[in-house]
Amino acid sequence: MKKDIILKAENISKQYRLGQVGTGTLSHDINRWWHKIRGKENPYLKIGETNDRSTKGTSDYVWALQDINFEVERGEVLGIIGKNGAGKSTLLKILSKVTAPTTGSIKSRGRIASLLEVGTGFNGEMTGRENIFLNGAILGMTKKEISSKLDEIIEFSGCERYIDTPVKRYSSGMTVRLAFAVAAFLEPEILVIDEVLAVGDAEFQKKAIGKMQDISREGGRTVLFVSHNMAAVKSLCTRGIVLENGNIKCQGDIDYIIEEYFNEIQVVNDGTRIKTIDNPLSSFNKWFIKDRNSFDIASDEKLKICFEFTSKENLRNCELGFVIRNFEGKILLGCNSRDFGGDYFNIKNGTYIFNFELSLPVIDGKYEIDISLVSNNNIIDHWVSETNLIVKNKFDSVLDKKWRGELNLKTYFRYDEIS
Amino acid sequence: MNDNNTPNDWLFEITPKNKFFSLNLKEVWQYKDLLLLFVKRDIITVYKQTVLGPLWYLIQPLFTSVTFTIIFNNVAGIDTGTVPPFLFNLAGITVWNYFTACLTGTSDTFKANAAIFGKVYFPRIITPLSVVISNLVKFGIQFLIFIGFYIFYYFQGANLGLNSLILFFPILIVIMGILGLGLGMLISAMVTKYRDFTHLIGFGIQLLMYLSAVMYPMSLIKDKLPGYGWLVEYNPLAYIIETARYMLLDVGEVSVLGLSYTLAVTIAVFFIGLLVFNKTEKSFIDTV
Repeated sequence: MKKDIILKAENISKQYRLGQVGTGTLSHDINRWWHKIRGKENPYLKIGETNDRSTKGTSDYVWALQDINFEVERGEVLGIIGKNGAGKSTLLKILSKVTAPTTGSIKSRGRIASLLEVGTGFNGEMTGRENIFLNGAILGMTKKEISSKLDEIIEFSGCERYIDTPVKRYSSGMTVRLAFAVAAFLEPEILVIDEVLAVGDAEFQKKAIGKMQDISREGGRTVLFVSHNMAAVKSLCTRGIVLENGNIKCQGDIDYIIEEYFNEIQVVNDGTRIKTIDNPLSSFNKWFIKDRNSFDIASDEKLKICFEFTSKENLRNCELGFVIRNFEGKILLGCNSRDFGGDYFNIKNGTYIFNFELSLPVIDGKYEIDISLVSNNNIIDHWVSETNLIVKNKFDSVLDKKWRGELNLKTYFRYDEIS
Repeated sequence: MNDNNTPNDWLFEITPKNKFFSLNLKEVWQYKDLLLLFVKRDIITVYKQTVLGPLWYLIQPLFTSVTFTIIFNNVAGIDTGTVPPFLFNLAGITVWNYFTACLTGTSDTFKANAAIFGKVYFPRIITPLSVVISNLVKFGIQFLIFIGFYIFYYFQGANLGLNSLILFFPILIVIMGILGLGLGMLISAMVTKYRDFTHLIGFGIQLLMYLSAVMYPMSLIKDKLPGYGWLVEYNPLAYIIETARYMLLDVGEVSVLGLSYTLAVTIAVFFIGLLVFNKTEKSFIDTV
């Protein structure tokens, strides 16, 4: 069967100028124009550098995107993931015609509507109802389309009671619900969505994801979705693209893509981590697995996870809290030093090793370590480790990954004939 | 469903460059509801949480006319003929206000709407168009007060006469709106890159008013300042205001040549403005 390609990106690149736009703009413009009238190429297109935020470059121009090529089939839900600054938002902006690419082109067989932000153009002075019309029209709907869906939109938003009140009196959650409700009833062939689900309460997020699944499955519409919420990406998307420094690192099946993405953010170092809270007095230094040089473990082994902590003061009534998260951010294990009959402890100026003895019967993967030390109910230090705990299993299951679940416990099977 | 991949059946293509001139009228028409909703928004949000509401529209031209009457007519002694000076000034100011409202409203299109333009696509021309239309409503309200004073002076026995050319008055206003729109689009495009123009426009409009025959008849400047009369004669706005006064109050003169010149300038400015605006809309978000 021939593929039904609805959207095709060919050699998309986008160049940005760094620093203060303004100084030297005029001279660059004149230079550019001078090259143009002589029929030469734009001199500033050659000098761009790869967009790596952390390294210091020599050029004033960077490529936010470079030679992006991909195709999207009709009805497909494509996830676009990558670190901050990888070029995701730039790509979405180009797709939604907010800005033009520097080179390359995008060809489309369907109308594109984009949702880079919920509530674009909302006016606080106007009522909820008026804003539904205004926002819907901004997103490309006609008045007739909006009128025919008005009741559904109001019902979906759950803001019936406030619908004739100015939006500035709404809580932020209500504004978002109303805005998403308008967007949810858009009916373009291609919908481009940027992390809009990161708002609203859990119930509404669930509703929103459900609505998006309906859009793509039943509506047969194509969705391009950018998010950092891996659980949402995983449940919605069929295929994915990983962007890294403006280039496509890989594309393919969504499970494979998410795995690749986590390989990328894995930083191997000697066990030191980045702190989330700066406490100059006392802090954790590193974590490690006792008698081990690596962070690899097998799912069935008993291990001791050790935390080195340096205290610069006397701390009383201390307790230690520690959680392990999977890559979707779900807490798999949470424990406290006072569990199982432990008590508060006191420490003095000095360096300590704390250790937890545990086993982690979970499936293969990377797990995040998050620990905090609390004294007299004040958090002294709270770290989320950048180094992951890597679980490898000793046996292979016959099952596909999607049937494996979260736990990896040995099961024993036998059968008896009873009659 | 189509499954042939011939290169020709794409609905549209996003490319780095616009065609030299592309105003997609069909697309603008598709977004007509948005245009109307923008106009509605502009009008209703102005009054919200003000005590005087739409009265503010009336206070400004009235006070300006009173000031002008005192300074230019009573103090400086400019002669307005048989027409009461207050009415003379009010006519000029009402028409002039429409132009400045269009120009200032459209000239910061890109800057003021950067938040929306950065998030969603619709034909950008919708925004300046909505400014021109909602200002037309404002002009209508201000014109009503002019009519009120006209009737008042008429019954006071002032020598007032409508000219039969009054039928062309709406066309004159449309021309003025288009001139303001064109100039505004031109400036809005330049403001995205060089903020200098925002400063220029503020006092530029004030200076322009003195060259646009708002508070004096065009013939006056030719008499008193023959050396600088050309400044006013080359100003298309002066012809519009002079003609408007001729239609409304039957004073001054109408120059067919001057009006043709005005029309030509308006069309030229509008198309240049549109051209620059179209060129800017594709990538302004990177520079604004």
